[in-house]
Amino acid sequence: MARRYDSSTTTFSPEGRLHQVEYAIEAINNAGTCVGILSKDGIVLASERRVTSGLLAPTKTSEKTYKLANHATCCVAGLTADANILIDQARLRSGRYQFQYGESIPMEQLVEYVCNHKQSYTQYGGLRPFGVAFLFAGYDDEHGYQLYQSDPSGNYSGWKATVIGANNSSGKSLLKNDYDPDGDGTMPDMVTALKLAVKVLNKTMDGATASTSAEKMELFTMTRDANGEFLHKILVKDEVQKIVDEVAAESDVEMAGGAESSQ
Amino acid sequence: MDSVLAIRYKDGCVIAADQTNARSVLAYQHNLDKVTELGKHTAMGVSGPNADMVNFSEYISKNMALYEAMNHGSKLSVNAQAHYVRSVLAEALRKGPYQVNLMLGGYDEKTKEANLYFLDYLASMQKVNFGCQGYAGAFCLSIMDREWKEDMTKEEALDVIDHCIGELGKRFVIAQPNFIVKVVDKDGVTVSKFGADPNDN
Repeated sequence: MARRYDSSTTTFSPEGRLHQVEYAIEAINNAGTCVGILSKDGIVLASERRVTSGLLAPTKTSEKTYKLANHATCCVAGLTADANILIDQARLRSGRYQFQYGESIPMEQLVEYVCNHKQSYTQYGGLRPFGVAFLFAGYDDEHGYQLYQSDPSGNYSGWKATVIGANNSSGKSLLKNDYDPDGDGTMPDMVTALKLAVKVLNKTMDGATASTSAEKMELFTMTRDANGEFLHKILVKDEVQKIVDEVAAESDVEMAGGAESSQ
Repeated sequence: MDSVLAIRYKDGCVIAADQTNARSVLAYQHNLDKVTELGKHTAMGVSGPNADMVNFSEYISKNMALYEAMNHGSKLSVNAQAHYVRSVLAEALRKGPYQVNLMLGGYDEKTKEANLYFLDYLASMQKVNFGCQGYAGAFCLSIMDREWKEDMTKEEALDVIDHCIGELGKRFVIAQPNFIVKVVDKDGVTVSKFGADPNDN
């Protein structure tokens, strides 16, 4: 029944659904996972790298994480080619705002601009929607560090921590328990946030073991230095391995403790 | 022929402008308010032909209000507002320039700082401690230069403005009987005094 109404992006089905938009969202559920976590003094974005061939000669440093401006960055789940278009849009918008107002664009304005662009492909023109979901992360003076998630429909929402891409529901349930374990509203510090991100990726990546997972994980942090400048950093392999090993060690301790108490 | 005077003091800015609206040898009115409010904590004193002055001031103040409405109430800093005004002037410059010169001053709640900017019709912009537009500069800049100091109080700033207005009355050949003086600080924009009530029609 849905078949008749799902080829046109801009037509509602009798049940009031936009099938093309929903299919686009489905496409992302098969894409490499991205985790975003807000910490006290920065943001962590962790992604699953799907493409890890040793023959790759990278033209850019990442297929998942992109800098949008000095104060803003994003990671991508979905069709990379589609994402490139939207990332250009975001960078242009940020640059034009900087030119007009002499200041960095507030995060929500940047996110809303990209999302409005995505939305127009669900309402005009008969072109397919963008098959991309983003995690936008950045800082502005009014609201501090912020994390936003957006999907092909053009919808966006703000989060303290969230997951997009493959197995995002199991990732999210882990975050619900572990992001703020005492439930008192305190944010983790950067080290805790990084370890939590690795923990989430371990859960969402099938069959990940400590030896293989460091290769497949991309860990990114955004923090501020003493002068107030923003530092965008993709961790190198050794740093990633260190955190992966720490997480593995902690979970071994937990497992051992659990085994003892059940006796 | 318009005079605009402005001084930044510790916790705010004083912006004053004459109130004459004239063309050639005819004076239409002597109670015009040339200092436009932009949101709660910023004002700009604008000089130039009445048509451009009014059109430009309204365009800027309405766009400021639109920004707040579209962006969930978030406000622009004085620095951002000045940059915006400059970008409007710059774009129009090579199409159909706004023949306006202005002093834009405000108080930033976030940083607890007063900021004052000089902008002219060629879209130049400079952050300053004090400034004038029009012939007034020839008479008043030297007074301001001598009497301005860091961390002035509001009363001291108002005294300097009075000194300037007095000098203009004495030595400037064009008689400007009325001036309107506004203060911009943490409490918003208040009219300190005027020569003639702008609302008196």
